[in-house]
Formats: sequence, C-alpha cells, structure tokens
Amino acid sequence: MAAPIQRRNLAGEAILLTLICLFCIFPFYWMVTTSLKTQVVALESPPVWWFTPTLANYWEVLFEDKVGVALINSIIVAVCTTSLAVILGTPAAYALARFEFRGKTDLWFWFITNRFVSPVVLAFPVFLISRELGLRDTHLALILMYLTFTLPIVIWICTDQFRSIPRELDEAAMLEGASQFRIFRSICLPLAMPGVAVSSILAFIFSWNELLFAYILAPKNAKTAPAMAVTFMEGYDVPYGKIMATSTLIVIPVLIFALLASKHLVRGLTMGAVK
Amino acid sequence: MSFPVRRRTIAAFLGPAVFALVIVGIAPLLFAVWKSLHYFNLTKLAQQRFVGLDNYIFVLTDPVFWQAMGRTALLFAVAVPVQIALGLMIALVLHRPGLTFWKTLTRLSLVLPMATTYAVVGLLAQVMLNQKYGVVNQMLGWIGIDAINFIGDPTNAFIAVILWDIWQWTPFVALVLLAGLSTVPPEIEEAAQLETKSHWTVLRHVQLPFLIPSLVAVLILRTADTLKLFDMPFTMTRGGPGSATEFIAVLIERVGNRQFDIGLASAQSIIMLAITIALARAYIRFFYREVR
Repeated sequence: MAAPIQRRNLAGEAILLTLICLFCIFPFYWMVTTSLKTQVVALESPPVWWFTPTLANYWEVLFEDKVGVALINSIIVAVCTTSLAVILGTPAAYALARFEFRGKTDLWFWFITNRFVSPVVLAFPVFLISRELGLRDTHLALILMYLTFTLPIVIWICTDQFRSIPRELDEAAMLEGASQFRIFRSICLPLAMPGVAVSSILAFIFSWNELLFAYILAPKNAKTAPAMAVTFMEGYDVPYGKIMATSTLIVIPVLIFALLASKHLVRGLTMGAVK
Repeated sequence: MSFPVRRRTIAAFLGPAVFALVIVGIAPLLFAVWKSLHYFNLTKLAQQRFVGLDNYIFVLTDPVFWQAMGRTALLFAVAVPVQIALGLMIALVLHRPGLTFWKTLTRLSLVLPMATTYAVVGLLAQVMLNQKYGVVNQMLGWIGIDAINFIGDPTNAFIAVILWDIWQWTPFVALVLLAGLSTVPPEIEEAAQLETKSHWTVLRHVQLPFLIPSLVAVLILRTADTLKLFDMPFTMTRGGPGSATEFIAVLIERVGNRQFDIGLASAQSIIMLAITIALARAYIRFFYREVR
C-alpha cells in the first residue's frame, strides 16, 4: 500500500501508540505497585516509585478482612448466573435464529433492550421482594438478578452464532427424523460452542464487575468482592495498600478473561445499539 | 423455512428465557411503578399509603432531581465529545497499515480499561488523585503545576469524574469506531487516498458516512451508561463533596438506600427510565433519517 509516503511518519506513529498503551496501562501498574507497599510507604509524599515490595497486604485482606470469602461469593454468583444464562439463553437464541413466528422482532428487541434498564430501577423493588421471600443476602437473589444482563448477552451473541450454521444441516437431520430438540442439542449446539464460550466469558465479566445489586441486596453473607472493596473506604485512616491489593485480586481474573475475549468484548458492550 | 415448526416447539425453546426475564426484569419494574404511587419509607412503614401521582409531581418539581440530571447531562456533554475526538484519532491511527505487532499490542491494552471493574476504577481514582499521596499530583508537579485537591473540592471532584470517565471509555469508543472504519470498502478508501492528500477530506467524504452507525451506537450507549453511572462516582466520592458528583443513579441510590424513601426513589427511577427510552428513540429517529 501507500508505504513510501508513510514511512516518515512511522516513528511518530510508534510513539503515539506507545503513549496510548501507557495511558491505558499506567493505572494498573500503579494499582499493583501500591498493593505491594506498606501503609507507611504508601503514605509517602510525594509518592515513591522504588521500594521493597511486600505481600503483607494480600495476606491481610485475604485472611483477616474476609476478602477471600468475598471472592468466593463473587465466583459462586458469577459462575451460577453464567451457567443459568447459557442453559436458558441458548435454546432461545436457537429459536430466534431458526424459527419464524409472529412478534419475533419485538421479542428480540425486548431481550436486547434490557441493556438500557439501569439496575437502580430494579434494585429497590427486588430488595423489598427478596426480603418478603427470605432471599435477602443470599447468592440466589444475586444470581437471579444478574440474569437481567447475562441472559440478553448470551441470546445476543448466540443468535448470531446459530445463524452462521448452515440450515442444510438441520434439514438433513429433519429428513432423518430427528426431533427439533435433538437437532438443537446434538448438531447445532456443539457447532455453536465458540459463541457459547464468548458469551459466557462476557457474562462472567459483567456479573463479576457488578456493584449496585450486590451492594443493596447482599450486605453481609453473600457480599461480593466489589462490594467488599467499597467498605474499606469507610473510616478515616484509609488503608491504601489493602484497598489496592483487594482491587488487584478483583481485577486480575477480569483482565485475563477480557484479553481472551478481546475481539468480542466491544461487541458485547455494544449490544442493542448495533445490528 | 421449508419445515413448519409447531407452536409448542417454539414455546418450549423460548419459554424458559422469556419466563426468567419476566420474573427478574418486568415484575420488579411493575412493582416499582406500584410503589412509586405510594408513600413508602422503610423507617416509617406505619405511614405507608397510596398517594397517587404525588411522588411524580414532587420529583418533577424537585430541584435536587433536576440538578442531578443536569450534572449527568453536563458530564455527558463534556466527556462524550472528548471521547469521540480522541477515540476517532486512535481509531484512525490503528486503521492505517504498518506496525502490525505494535497495533495488536495497543488494541489489547485498549480492552483493559472498559473491562475493569467500575468500582475499582473509582478506588483507583481515590488513590491516584489524592492531594498529598497521589501520583497524578506528583506528575503535575513535574510540569510545574501545584497539587490539586481533586477529591475534596466540588468543582475539581466533578472534573476528576469527567477525566476518569474519559480514561475508561475512550478506548471503547476507539474500538467501536475502528470496527466502523473497517466497514469502508478498501478500494474506495484507496481510490480516495490517490485523489487527495488531505486526511480530512478522506475522513469527511469517504469514511464518515460509514462511521455514522458506529457514532449513533456510541451516542446511544454512552447516554444509557452515563444515566446508569453509579459505581465509579460512588466509590470515588460518594456523590460528594456536598452533592457535587451526585449523578442521577447516585441520587436515586441515596434516596432509596440511605434515606429509605423507596416510594420516591421508585418514582425517580421510572422517570429516569422514561428519559433514557425517549433519548434512545430520538437518536435513532434523528440520525437514521439524516442518512436516508
């Protein structure tokens, strides 16, 4: 392509790209280094860049401050809601991709627009209902409420995936006398696994990151990691190292998953606004 | 499709998902509408009563509500144009050929901010922007700017939220626009580049028409997400100092969760939902008519 014209700019371009990378990554660098500082080092002014790292903050938050328990709660909630979303969502996605019926567009639209409903709208009514049903502060309440965004994401990604599978496969199996469910289960679902994997990763990330429902619905026993991190900010002597250690523990799994699904993350986030 | 499908089969496939979303999505919404017609305060349950549209009238004439809306609108009006401008710049650089490895690396690092737990993003702001111990103020010191009290001063706290929103969402805008750029047919783009040396002309007349859908998507999503914005300002400033960073979702959380006035919070959230839907529809109508 037009290489000769652009060769001169290449160095400038490389610098620009490096700056963009630094802009994105620096806060994470700072988070990790602060998590390795003792409180005394963290409260140096101006902040120090070179110091003897310590893992003390990690031990403290994991075993003394119950961040370990909160992380386990987060895992339970995220894994369960993701599995539930896949179980409920893949057949629905298959139906949307394969069957023709009245109101299909409206139904599709309704699934997707859940993206636009702010959790704060649902949190209070659900708070009251869960209190009545004895579900307050349980994993189940969070697992169910997280379906409001995990289920649409699974349906959104998997419908496209099912559409990309040739219909001839279904038709051939139909002639063999296979039932519709059998075709879905044994032929299409295995072929749609990439989509299922991507949507599971996205659903996991979104439930892992959620704060508002967790903060309002699960104040104690089922408290998730982000809600736990918030409570550290209360009080006067803010423990910077511990907060950043907790933050690092929360963020690492998300970042790994995000890099694994990096090509699809944007697609997941634009759900409902692009075709 | 050549094979007729029985209604019962369709229902069996769709039923569970529809049922689940009705239970967790629609039922609470209806319950919120019902509660919004009541005086319902968790600390004064004895006084619970039906008040008709009183909560709505109160919210619509409540300066606190509209100030929070105004703040949310201001955040959107400042942050989103910056995100689009920077994002477009990044997307155009990434779209050019060459430096492939470098660009892959950049694309990967762009994914990180938007995936990061929003609550952690707010905590990071607390640590990095602290007047005394914050690294951002240290860096400002290097270029001769005195330490700024980002979190403690109302105006600065608002600016800090804007900056942090820009940090987290510019990469997202960049990647959405990059996807939009890749829909421009390469032969058209190359032909245009042979015609003119001006990047601006190519952008305006060749690439922009293909970018419109991405830009509309960005506007719709950023609008919805700004109205939803809770985690980051909440962990960063708790809406303060005073109410300087009390955006609409933070206000509703305070009224419902810290003042226990669930009737009022429900009315506020229903109005907010109505505004979200109205805005999304307006965008679609406005932009897609322009294109056609």
